[in-house]
Amino acid sequence: MVRCFLIHTVCPISALSAGECRVLYSRVFGPDEAVLSEELQELNPEERRLLQKEKVAVVARQVHSAVTLSREASGRQLVEMVPGEEVLALQDANSGVVRLRAGDPFNEEMSVLWLGVHSLGFAMVCEPHENLLLAEGTLRNLSRHCLEHLHMLGPGSEVLLKSSRIDVLLSRLLPHGQLLFLNHRFAQSLEKEVAAYMAK
Amino acid sequence: MYSHGSESLIKQAREIQEPELQKFYSRLVKLLQGKELSHETVDSLQRLHLILSATKYTRRLPSELRTRLLSLLSSPVEQLQVLSSAVLREMPPLSAEELNYIQENVGQLNSQTAALLLSKAGTRADLSSVCAQLLRGLDNRPSEAPAHSLMHTLPVLNTILTHSPECLTEDHITLLSKRLVDWLRYASIIQGGGASSGRFFTGPRSRQPVPIAELDGTVSGDFFTVLCVGQGFTEDQWMNVYSFSMLHHWLLTYHSVSNGNSTIETDDRSEVDGSVVSMVSATSSSSRLLPPKERLREKAFQYCQRLIEQSDRKAQKKTDTELQKACLVEAVCILDCVCVEDASLVFRTFPFIKALFGRLSADLSFSRVLLPIAQFYLNHGEMAAVDCESVWKLVFGQFPAELFSDPFLAHELLRFLRLNLEKFQLGVPQYTHFFPNLLKFLAWDSPAVVDDFVDLLPSLVTPATAVELLHTLLDLPCLSATLILQLRSTCLPISEPGGRGLLSLDAFRNPSFRGLFLFMLRGEAGSGDTIDRLSTLHDLLAEAADWPRVVQCAQTIPVLLHIYFNTVVTVADEKLLAHLILVMLERSSILLNIPTYIKEIHRVFSCHLLRMCKLHPSLVVDQSHELLEFAGIPGNVYSKEELYTHVVWVLGEYLSVSCDSRCSVSLITSCFETLEAVLFEITSSGTPPGTVCPAPRVITTLMSALAKLASRSHDLIPRVSLFLSKLRTVTRGGSVAWCSDEEDLVAIVTRGEELWSLLKAPSVAQSVLTPSPHITTPQWHRDTNVAMPLQLRALTSLTHPQ
Repeated sequence: MVRCFLIHTVCPISALSAGECRVLYSRVFGPDEAVLSEELQELNPEERRLLQKEKVAVVARQVHSAVTLSREASGRQLVEMVPGEEVLALQDANSGVVRLRAGDPFNEEMSVLWLGVHSLGFAMVCEPHENLLLAEGTLRNLSRHCLEHLHMLGPGSEVLLKSSRIDVLLSRLLPHGQLLFLNHRFAQSLEKEVAAYMAK
Repeated sequence: MYSHGSESLIKQAREIQEPELQKFYSRLVKLLQGKELSHETVDSLQRLHLILSATKYTRRLPSELRTRLLSLLSSPVEQLQVLSSAVLREMPPLSAEELNYIQENVGQLNSQTAALLLSKAGTRADLSSVCAQLLRGLDNRPSEAPAHSLMHTLPVLNTILTHSPECLTEDHITLLSKRLVDWLRYASIIQGGGASSGRFFTGPRSRQPVPIAELDGTVSGDFFTVLCVGQGFTEDQWMNVYSFSMLHHWLLTYHSVSNGNSTIETDDRSEVDGSVVSMVSATSSSSRLLPPKERLREKAFQYCQRLIEQSDRKAQKKTDTELQKACLVEAVCILDCVCVEDASLVFRTFPFIKALFGRLSADLSFSRVLLPIAQFYLNHGEMAAVDCESVWKLVFGQFPAELFSDPFLAHELLRFLRLNLEKFQLGVPQYTHFFPNLLKFLAWDSPAVVDDFVDLLPSLVTPATAVELLHTLLDLPCLSATLILQLRSTCLPISEPGGRGLLSLDAFRNPSFRGLFLFMLRGEAGSGDTIDRLSTLHDLLAEAADWPRVVQCAQTIPVLLHIYFNTVVTVADEKLLAHLILVMLERSSILLNIPTYIKEIHRVFSCHLLRMCKLHPSLVVDQSHELLEFAGIPGNVYSKEELYTHVVWVLGEYLSVSCDSRCSVSLITSCFETLEAVLFEITSSGTPPGTVCPAPRVITTLMSALAKLASRSHDLIPRVSLFLSKLRTVTRGGSVAWCSDEEDLVAIVTRGEELWSLLKAPSVAQSVLTPSPHITTPQWHRDTNVAMPLQLRALTSLTHPQ
């Protein structure tokens, strides 16, 4: 199952200092790890919530540095994108996987698949036994929908105030973190529902 | 895109003051009291979510607002469900009354409520109750409920499985096994959604049931799977998709071999009448006699078989082609899992896997499907007595050489290696010969895979590969540059703006240098430790020293070298270690000239030279010729200061009879003379002003080494003393050309004086500068005669009457 899906900023942004990374959306699926592990039983709910937010921040920072290093290595220049060029932006995107060791920050080893589209990073934390080929396809699909429906390539803070749309998108394409084997017909049917919701 | 506007929005959400917040809460309560859903309500709820999630500490909501939000969980409007669930997830856990409220009012657990309950679960008991509630809904659901109402059940159960598999009782498992079998194998084969046959004149007669189709458009002739399409889908077809999506995880959780009693029974059964059981289960009618778990296994097997067949069809859409690949991966993984549980299935499964391998091995675009197939071969190949050579050749020989730039393949291949390391070491030990190929992943994308190599490198260090591996690691930045050139030269030869990479690219294409690059790109070890014309290669690649990928690669080498050396001292004998010292000395001047790279490598070498000599002091006498050759070159004092210091130190410390009986007086004398000559040269007043000064540490190390050697061969003492007193005289005159810093000069002179006074009493000097082993490895804390605490204890027990 996918433990966590997040969207965060990537690459130098004028509004933030260098290296700083802002998490724009995060969704952790399932119960809190800390609840079920013996060492962390003494934490109260507020501390657990904080711990979870910190874990998400760690993932975002790891992906941020992975994207930066990958872009540096490939030497490609970032081209300005405007709304309407989402498909092109996705084609140009860097992608990769980061391995998170057990305990750092999740209790077990995790694989984080990431996609760097211009100044945004989309990351999906998967359990290692998961079908990464399917996960990669799902991540690209989710990113495309997010970019299109939330006009993420344009200026504006849509994504902060429209998190419910991403919630609905996830509830269809990645319900409770479950990766789905959807052929184009099933996908079409779900995407129609999502589009209907987004239009409201 | 993130702008200043977004940043200020977050700031506002974080810094909203209490009174304003309370006003906001009460306005929201009023809005929620209203009957209609207005845009403002939704907008306010969204803002509330932002305010709550933007801070690291939890805010408290007034109880009335909480109650309203809870009631929204069962709202018919999905937007309100989603928003209320999202807001409540940011809150402290639900109280007992709130949980009761949900149980009573929300009725059948909808997806958003389930998400909330899961995320707020405080104990395993909470998860068990969610689980029980869901399964109750599964069992006694009215048939007129809308199609999507059940669909979140399986994903929620999958989540519970991940975190707490014990939450499902045996009965639950049996119930679900039966339902999964129904959905997977017996889903409807008619297109759902009231699809008509598509003719122009539609009427009640023409509403014939239309069968499902395959991805290439042909009518399907077998049971429904995820690779079947239709205009619309029935509910059980949806459940087919959800069931398959979680099938692998289910089998891993409840069907693993270590799963106690149930597997022991099945093992016994399969041992007694193994072939009979598998023949029986081949026919579907008699499989009804199997218990639910075994039946599910059988149906999973059939499903995967069908998927493999279906993946051979040419899909009409590109996304479906990608799905076919993912299905192949999943099918092979499930078959592997099922065969691990029931070994008798191996004989039925292997023909498929073999055929699949044959079909896909020539096509590199299926590389990621071939990895699970390789895992299958590794797990069951021995049992089926199948030759796996061609599989390893592909996975270790071809994949890294041609697909090193695919980050996902790199991750999966290295993970495959990591997880099965023991099996490889036992069954396929020759995998270590492929280290040049495996290191290509590291050379291409060091930051992403260095973590994997930290785990894998120790296993690659064997006595047979050690020397070549060291050379390869040191030249990894060259490999990085070569891979870049290889990729560039396969693109069209358009000259790049600024002519970047032109020189090295020309060299890459030049036939006379072909051999150099081909050696770099070799896939297997064994064709030689390194090449003679290495420095030529470094010159050709000089401009690559600032390519980002090469620089990133160079930054990871010191860490890996530490791991290498730490491992090699445990597996190598003295002869090999001696060889490695030679390699270190030789390579210290043959490295690609990347800023700070050379310095870092020298530092690693120094550290491990020291360690090796400490472990095996006789190495110094053994390799004295080469070490002296290195130490006798004054230029090394300036260009390889760190390494030089350590070489001199080990010579001074370990060139003695007590370390190796072969150490003769003439050897000590010749070493002394070599070092003396260098010391004279670097401290001569003849050096013109403005030249670089030798590091003070080199000078003091040389002086100490000379003193140590002299303490072992007393004829040399006068020579050292003479030098040291001369040194004192020269430095009294003020500054010297070879030391610019006054404090350093004082330190050097002080050291000189200490050594000089020590050498005035030769026997004392000998015991101080060449202590015997029992002094350098004290066991005083273990020796009762000498250990203070033990002495005190003994005295105490003697003097205090008990």
